[in-house]
Amino acid sequence: MLRYLSPLLFLAVLIIVFAKGLGPERNLNELPSPFLDKQAPKFDLPGLINPDEQISSSVYAGEVAIVNFWATWCGGCRQEHGFLMELSRKNEIPIYGIDWRDRRVEALNWLSQLGDPYRVSGFDADATTGIDWGVYGAPETFLIGKDGRLLHKHLGPLDRNTWETDFAPLIAAENGAQQ
Amino acid sequence: MIPEVGHFALILALSLAICQGVLPLLGAYRNDVAMMAVARPAAVGQFVFVAISFICLAWSFLDSDFSVLYVANHSQLALPAIYKISAVWGAHEGSMLLWILLLAAWTVAVSRYSSALPDTFSSRVIGVLGLLSCGFLLFTLLTSNPFERLIPAPPDGADLNPLLQDPGLAIHPPILYAGYVGFAVAFAFAIAAMLSGNLDRAWARWTRPWTTWAWLFLTVGIALGSWWAYYELGWGGWWFWDPVENASFMPWLAGTALIHSLAVTEKRGLFKSWTLLLAISAFSLSLLGTFLVRSGILISVHSFATDPERGMFILGFLGLTIGGALALFAWRAPSLDSSAGFRALSRETFLLLNNVLLVIATTLILIGTLAPLVVEVIDGGKISVGPPWFEIALAIPLLPLVLLIGVGMHTAWRSQAFKPLVAQLKLPAIVAIAAGIIVPTFVYGRFGLLLVIGTTAGFWILLVSLIQPMRSWRRKPGTPAITRGALGMSVAHFGVGMFAIGVSIVSAFNVEADVSLRPGEQVSVGGYEFELRGLRNVDGPNYQAVEGEIEIRKNGEFVAKLRPQKRTYIIQKNPMTEAGILVSWNRDLFVALGDPLGNDAWSVRLQYKPMIRFIWLGAFVMAFGGIIAASDRRYRLYANAKRPLIKTSEAPA
Repeated sequence: MLRYLSPLLFLAVLIIVFAKGLGPERNLNELPSPFLDKQAPKFDLPGLINPDEQISSSVYAGEVAIVNFWATWCGGCRQEHGFLMELSRKNEIPIYGIDWRDRRVEALNWLSQLGDPYRVSGFDADATTGIDWGVYGAPETFLIGKDGRLLHKHLGPLDRNTWETDFAPLIAAENGAQQ
Repeated sequence: MIPEVGHFALILALSLAICQGVLPLLGAYRNDVAMMAVARPAAVGQFVFVAISFICLAWSFLDSDFSVLYVANHSQLALPAIYKISAVWGAHEGSMLLWILLLAAWTVAVSRYSSALPDTFSSRVIGVLGLLSCGFLLFTLLTSNPFERLIPAPPDGADLNPLLQDPGLAIHPPILYAGYVGFAVAFAFAIAAMLSGNLDRAWARWTRPWTTWAWLFLTVGIALGSWWAYYELGWGGWWFWDPVENASFMPWLAGTALIHSLAVTEKRGLFKSWTLLLAISAFSLSLLGTFLVRSGILISVHSFATDPERGMFILGFLGLTIGGALALFAWRAPSLDSSAGFRALSRETFLLLNNVLLVIATTLILIGTLAPLVVEVIDGGKISVGPPWFEIALAIPLLPLVLLIGVGMHTAWRSQAFKPLVAQLKLPAIVAIAAGIIVPTFVYGRFGLLLVIGTTAGFWILLVSLIQPMRSWRRKPGTPAITRGALGMSVAHFGVGMFAIGVSIVSAFNVEADVSLRPGEQVSVGGYEFELRGLRNVDGPNYQAVEGEIEIRKNGEFVAKLRPQKRTYIIQKNPMTEAGILVSWNRDLFVALGDPLGNDAWSVRLQYKPMIRFIWLGAFVMAFGGIIAASDRRYRLYANAKRPLIKTSEAPA
């Protein structure tokens, strides 16, 4: 009998998971990060380009910056890469990269072929930093304030539209408030 | 006025769907002929009103009636007419309407071609389909009304997402949905069988062509989606393991398993409860896909606008439909199973293996797709599952499956002697191994274990798929020709072989280079020289573009000129890549413009993709095999019969 009931039991479990997943406490459009307006998590990673160098979250101390989690296998990262290049060319904001769950050779290849928009990139092969930051899937971009607070988190590829509506006002406010 | 007519027609369609869902089922239960007679007219009526509603929405698009919110959000004046039509299903609300229209169309097809079925049976099938229609119509009317007004109307619309302004994507959703919805027919047949408590070989024979048609639509739909992603997303991949892609792949795998398990149920009357479970699963996975795409529960590049209310509604509907079906299964399936023996070496064994491997593959994809969600719900942690996991997880069940196909299709039902099987397959096996080693090593210049297994498996199926058609072609006069069913199987498996070769070769020998080029500069990729001749500005109807002119030469000889574009759509502002692709049967040359790098230089993505066409071609050949098999004579006999050919206990004597 259990043999014939097991699909039903499996469905019941699945539905409970889905119902919890849809619950109000989990809205993916907004920031699910518990760090919003709090100090962003620290990291300390080997450099992507130079493995001997240690790159830590102190690199952006005192400035408004974005931290971008990316990987070469990720389509959205390729999609947003042009925009990141544009940001870095226009010097709009310092961009720090964290190459996440990736292979170093491929990542270096990517940067040399597509261009490197990052001031510096950390290499997070086993995703420990990604877990600290609550990274769900690449690309994800975090906006960090001057005092190291997390101001905003964006899931998925960045583009000019999102930048102007979600990031620019926060950056302007952050710069204005501290002057 | 037109939108209100459309809205009203949709409400009338719901009323008819309720009649279609309730009365025939009740009539079948009480053996009331008058109530059962409601089934067919109600189904036709429902279709007519859904069609009216659909035409009204299309009309609003063609008329650029921006007082309709949905039109204002997904169209604009300068949008070409063909994309105004395809914009109807370009977003959530309209695509639900398309889904409902296709479900109604399948229902009408079932009621037209089911005259040979006992009345109680066809009433139950049409009734179940009616209940499904009710669910989708209610969902659309309550949470996703496409006819909602926007007053005052804006002077121009927000334009259709530029990604969707493409002929491939205009036809991809209707065909894909026809596949998803088509599994509803197999589902309804399964429910009807369980309600009547009568599942015989005739049942499998009725269900088979419908399932095959649904499966082949899904096959073509997925292939079109993959083809579109390849040339439109601009980075030349053909499958991304995105949750939405997985959502279409899971019902495909379950449907493939169902087709094969139905074969056993028809020929031998075995695997009955298993077949029922697969029929429920194939449609359930289609529903699950809808839920994942439209509830926003998983993050994906092509998820629809998210809305928790919609998510809860679909989840409730999912629970009722699948839960009801599985409860019925738990209650009725034990009494339906029959046990008849078969030997270890027989067609049945291979089809059992086929089912086990396909179900393992489906489960692995389900796990990979849902794992991030499950982990997050259980302990709040976050994980993500990347393409490498899916690739390895799928190779494990699917490579043996591909190798086993060749043996299974030449094995007899019940019991097969070992020696004649070996004698028949020895030559193709040797040739396949030789070709599998020679082609990668000498034509493409590299040897790899997985690569050789992949290409060998591909050649192996290509060769063994030819055995039966060749034998029929060279048969003595007077001996029977191959049946359409067997021919369809051979053709579909030939497609599997093409697909396997395509995937193996392209993933091993694909060359990609992202380079920076100034006009006049050239670079060599995959044995071809690519020269950027120049750039110019081009204006489209609703976009502006930079067009590069790239000349391709091989050993100094002119091959082709490609004109890739980088488009900026005027209203939505997002940049789009129109790749330039030179197609040939054995390789694609792919050129996409990246971004300006300053000093006249542009980043350009160049790719050499050997055998990539075999991936989609293989899928189309599989689908074509499905058409051949579904047109087998023995199904037509049933479809066209005026009177029931099979007398069941319920039919009047």
